[in-house]
Amino acid sequence: MRLKLLILGIFCCLFQLNAQEYFPKNDGVTNPNTNFTVFKNARIHVDPQTVIESGMFSIQNGKIKAVGKNINVPENSIVIDLEGKEVYPSFIDLYSDFGIEKLKRAEGGSSPQYDASREGFYWNDHIRPDIDAISNFNFDDKEAEKLQKAGFGVVNTHVPDGIIRGSGMLVALTPDAMEGDRILNERSGQYLSFDKSVLSRQSYPTSIMGAMALLRQTYMDAQWYANGNADNKDLALEALNKNKNLLQIFATDNLLDEFRADKVGDEFGIQYVILGSGNEYQRLDKVKSSGATYIVPLKFPDAYDVENPYMAEYISLAEMKQWNQAPANLKMLAEKAIPFTLTTHSLDAEKDFKTNLLKAIEYGLSKEDALAALTTVPAKTIGKSAELGAIKTGAWANFIITSGDYFEKETTLYENWVQGKKKVLSNMDVTNITGEYDLNLKGESYELSITGEPSSPKAEVKTDDKKLGTKISFSDNWMNLLISSPDSTKTEFIRLVAHVPDLSENISGKAFMPDGSETSFTATKKAKSDTAEKKDKEEEEKKDKEKPEILPVTFPNSAYGFKQLPKQENVLFKNATVWTSEDDGVLENTDVLVKNGMISKVGKDLNAGGAKVIDATGKHLTAGIIDEHSHLAASAINEAGQNSSAEVQMEDVIDPSDMGIYRDLAGGVTTIQLLHGSANPIGGRSAILKLKWGETPENMIFEQAPPFIKFALGENVKQANWGGGVRFPQTRMGVEQVFTDYFSRAKTYEKKKNNGDKDFRKDLEMETLVEIMNGDRFVSSHSYIQSEINMLMKVAEKFGFNINTFTHILEGYKVADIMKEHGVGASTFSDWWAYKYEVNDAIPYNASIMNEVGITVAINSDDGEMSRRLNQEAAKSIKYGGMSEEDAWKMVTINPAKLLHVDDLVGSIKTGKQADLVLWNNHPLSIYAIPEKTMIEGVVYFDIEKDKAMREEIKKERNELISDMLKAKNSGVKTQPVKKKEEQKVHCNLLEEVH
Amino acid sequence: MKFKNITSLIIILFGIKSGVAQQTPAPAQTEAITIVGATAHLGNGEVMENSLIILEDGKISRIQPVTSTKMQYPGKIIQAKGKHVYPGIIAPNSTLGLVEIDAVKPTDDEDEIGEILPNIRSLIAYNAESKIVESMRPNGVLLGQIVPRGGLISGTSSVVQFDAWNWEDAVVKEDDALHINWPNSYRRGRWWAGEERGLKANDDYTSDIQKLSDFFASSKAYLSGSDYTNLAYDAMRPVFEGKKKVFVHVDGEKEILDAIQFKKEQNINHFVIVGGYHALGAARQLKENNIPVLVNRPHSLPNQDDEDYDYPYKLAKLLDDAGVMVSLESSGQMERMNTRNLPFYAGTVAALGMDKEHALELITLNAAKILGIDENYGSLEAGKSATLFISEGDALDMRTNILSHAFIDGRELSLETHQTELWKRYSNKYKNQDNSDKKE
Repeated sequence: MRLKLLILGIFCCLFQLNAQEYFPKNDGVTNPNTNFTVFKNARIHVDPQTVIESGMFSIQNGKIKAVGKNINVPENSIVIDLEGKEVYPSFIDLYSDFGIEKLKRAEGGSSPQYDASREGFYWNDHIRPDIDAISNFNFDDKEAEKLQKAGFGVVNTHVPDGIIRGSGMLVALTPDAMEGDRILNERSGQYLSFDKSVLSRQSYPTSIMGAMALLRQTYMDAQWYANGNADNKDLALEALNKNKNLLQIFATDNLLDEFRADKVGDEFGIQYVILGSGNEYQRLDKVKSSGATYIVPLKFPDAYDVENPYMAEYISLAEMKQWNQAPANLKMLAEKAIPFTLTTHSLDAEKDFKTNLLKAIEYGLSKEDALAALTTVPAKTIGKSAELGAIKTGAWANFIITSGDYFEKETTLYENWVQGKKKVLSNMDVTNITGEYDLNLKGESYELSITGEPSSPKAEVKTDDKKLGTKISFSDNWMNLLISSPDSTKTEFIRLVAHVPDLSENISGKAFMPDGSETSFTATKKAKSDTAEKKDKEEEEKKDKEKPEILPVTFPNSAYGFKQLPKQENVLFKNATVWTSEDDGVLENTDVLVKNGMISKVGKDLNAGGAKVIDATGKHLTAGIIDEHSHLAASAINEAGQNSSAEVQMEDVIDPSDMGIYRDLAGGVTTIQLLHGSANPIGGRSAILKLKWGETPENMIFEQAPPFIKFALGENVKQANWGGGVRFPQTRMGVEQVFTDYFSRAKTYEKKKNNGDKDFRKDLEMETLVEIMNGDRFVSSHSYIQSEINMLMKVAEKFGFNINTFTHILEGYKVADIMKEHGVGASTFSDWWAYKYEVNDAIPYNASIMNEVGITVAINSDDGEMSRRLNQEAAKSIKYGGMSEEDAWKMVTINPAKLLHVDDLVGSIKTGKQADLVLWNNHPLSIYAIPEKTMIEGVVYFDIEKDKAMREEIKKERNELISDMLKAKNSGVKTQPVKKKEEQKVHCNLLEEVH
Repeated sequence: MKFKNITSLIIILFGIKSGVAQQTPAPAQTEAITIVGATAHLGNGEVMENSLIILEDGKISRIQPVTSTKMQYPGKIIQAKGKHVYPGIIAPNSTLGLVEIDAVKPTDDEDEIGEILPNIRSLIAYNAESKIVESMRPNGVLLGQIVPRGGLISGTSSVVQFDAWNWEDAVVKEDDALHINWPNSYRRGRWWAGEERGLKANDDYTSDIQKLSDFFASSKAYLSGSDYTNLAYDAMRPVFEGKKKVFVHVDGEKEILDAIQFKKEQNINHFVIVGGYHALGAARQLKENNIPVLVNRPHSLPNQDDEDYDYPYKLAKLLDDAGVMVSLESSGQMERMNTRNLPFYAGTVAALGMDKEHALELITLNAAKILGIDENYGSLEAGKSATLFISEGDALDMRTNILSHAFIDGRELSLETHQTELWKRYSNKYKNQDNSDKKE
């Protein structure tokens, strides 16, 4: 009877949905069905906060009709008893590419492609708002089943390709339905990312900052286009304007990109929903302040296989900590009340989803928050709260039936109903025969133990503590049990058969003995013994104990990170040799008082007045070193996709976790200019940074510093040794033309802008060039050869501005007089040469000659290694060219400060300046000098004593984590092989790197 | 007219030879030279204040403290009171003279194709007239071991001095060592083939070592009597005869231990570790087996984020403290032009706590011992080659490493270079402008 009902149920379900009623029917009669299905005696999770014990609900035509303790059961109802079972709203995944075929990468020649391939669309192929999921969608039954098994009922799918990816669609995973029924919204949101389309080889953008600039320009162009200013048709911009009011979902894969996406959104008044990385816990405050709803992949790093201690050395503490901390990410997001939903993106939904979810719960995520993240939060985010995410009247009948609390390991997911259609995942009418039994057979007594899943149990049979060979099968509530004969000399078997239709205490049936005789048997269920219960409890406690201790998050979350950011202190440096970098020169036995981040007094026998006193007797105090040319703390260096990239900004790509920052502090560096690379004549806008280790990217920016941009000349920009020879310019002659052309265009642009022309189109690149011409933005130009140095000054003069700095400027000594007349400064290497043809005449006397001519000269590094020894590099000018010590010291302090126009704030020890100071153990220009303390604005960011303590701490934490990982491997947890991340070493003078 | 006169004067004063890029090698010593009153840093860890050093026939004939002011000094006298004398600094594991400009391929002769090339000899490609080589001398770097790169066995190096007409008169020790790039138990991910970037375990590690062992075995078999010619095997003969040292370029601890095992199995006497980033973990075995380490340039970044920021600065000291014989080498990015900073590398090791004289010893006597040229070079001792320089001050510190004289085998070198010529030419350009400004 029961079986029949079941079959009928399935049959009925097939016809429950009748949305396509106007479709002709040629394979039979229409068989309309408006029957109700009523579920009773279930524990119903209406939503994460509301549970109805032993409740009822009814569904009809794919929707929920009523929910409650007691509801009206209409006459045409099929009633399903869910006694002992629980019902949850089924899950929703907002970031999916379900049903979308993987795209094939565009093939092409070896030379780069600079122009777009698509015609009638935007100038950049990676802007594809015209793409929609629906045109690329095919319901994938196999993938659908995987998602159904994980409890999902609805996914928001899209074509994951390009920077602007077009509209996604919300689709129900309804089994055996027509597409028209499944589509809940064919324009459910617009997707974006920083990744280029695989369908085009167009070079631009080659970098994250290029992608950000492109997004900004596209948004502005869309507005301009919408105002009817374009003469041409642009289907991409039209689509973008059409998608404007959709939900905007931004896909990222690392924490810094999450913030970058949010930053672009903020600039255009768009609040993206952000696909995160799972590392949000590392900067919770910043995540919170984004205001975004996060879609978080339910994926955690595997433990590393650290059995080989040599291999283990290659994993950083940061990576190990991530393994330790990441499973607590969701808990921490919930505690901060940051809205988040979960996605199966980047993991195997069937295999890993629940395991990982339970892990997150084990690490402290509440079950309510977990359920909300899978149901009500995504429903609300996608604007479908009325229809999805809860078991309530009027919502889609999307729910799962489980054997118990879904968030427990043993719980079985029986059925996943979508739009009122059932997908059976595990037969829920199976009698649960698991338990301990006394089996009596022909006077012999056996112990029978049945464990495992009710639908596929395992059995063990013992007699007199002797284990017998056993095989059990259980289907359609018929049990077949095979037991090997207790007489081990014989290969004989006893076969037991029993029908177990109900949950009862005893199993009784028939036994077929080896000798062919038949007899009846009864297995009597034993009450759970105290010892067994105690064992369970002990195991539970043991599990609790084994839970790895979560290490505190540090800033940055790596070796040498701060548990708490260091605080500003008032400090009196007592009795130091003070290198003022001012006319005062070097002052012996002098005190420097730091108050509120500023240098408040310089003099003899100063009163501490409550400030912390540091005895600097025998030590040297200097201003912090300033590196005019650095590529530290950056996630990207070059936007090489075009010969001008004036629209990109290094401030977009600051990476505050670069260990180079800490190492630079240990070398006495406090300020750097983070420059764009030298891949193109007009590079990107600089970021001038204070090396505030542990801070967020925006807190590192030297606020009062004026804007800068990088230009470049010579071999790199003419792509002397790479690039296929297709990009203009290929010669120094062409380089001049690039500058002249861009600035001529900028002139025209400015005129148009100032005229207030109606069709004026705001262009980020041109805006930057106009700033340069008006003296609002300074140029630092990578340069080597005298001819090109001279050329750039002439081009600048023609357009009425000055080059601010020539950086590298290795042949500056040849045109120092012309440079002086132009008024440009120089930032050079001390002794590098011979690495490429254009530095053949580079000489270490360059700085000395230019200094003598009266040019403001700085020594720069362009290199993370040299940056931390700039004091030594400056000292080389004493050897090469006989520069005075005071002048040499100025080349790494006040001179670069002048070049960056921050010399009223930093670069020397003078009352009223920011307290960026370094305390050295020795003469700062000597090879033997080591910084002991490095302070920025009164905050000590590097302290050699604290560094020692941190080394010990790092050793300790590494040891603990390695031991935890070994334990994890021993317990059978999956591990990943050790891989060493290669540090990117960045220069802008090496051909192969073009920085 | 006046301007022209000044220019000629300057040309005479600074000896600018237009059109000649390289300095002319100094002729052999004919006259004795006596250096009086300098602080002599002997290179063996000792210092001699107020020294008297007499150079004769290319050798140091006497070195002793000045005993009385009435001493008779032979030959040319250099008063060097307040100055410092050092033995010529030696640059092991260098590619000087094999590449002129990194990015210009036609000037690059450091890496031959092929995997096992013991017969490849650096000496014959060594460009004695390299502008980079001459730029070593004003910093006191006067000798170097010129080493081919690449492959499993890169080839055979030679030791040269840095003031020569050609490789023949440059050579100090011909074919001094065989260079093995020890396989790495990690390898870079082949990202172009879809693997992840970064390092991962190298499955070929064992078989690569086997390749080396097989090659050594085949060479031995061949050398015990064969009727055909194999150039690679022939190049191994001096190795087995103990006349050619074996330098193994290796960084990992496990790899170093494996290399030591290889040394034992192959019965190699003169064995040197080059690089040795993780040598500290194998310090005991290195010491026991008398294996010195050429530590890679201290002015490097740590390999790992977690490591001490000053690890490369202090590695040489840590190994030295552990009883391993240490010298420094400068291979890596921009290695050739950077080799002139070798004295400052030693200075950095001293900054991290090593005694200054001992730090000097790393790049003088220790280097000479490791290269097997200590009989003649590496320290200021009577009977040794007069290869030394006089500095205004501490040569390990760039502030005071200012040379007035340098000698190789008693020949007084030009301290001018392509670079000093350009310096003088342009300094004077502006000085002349100043003068003419004043006149107007």
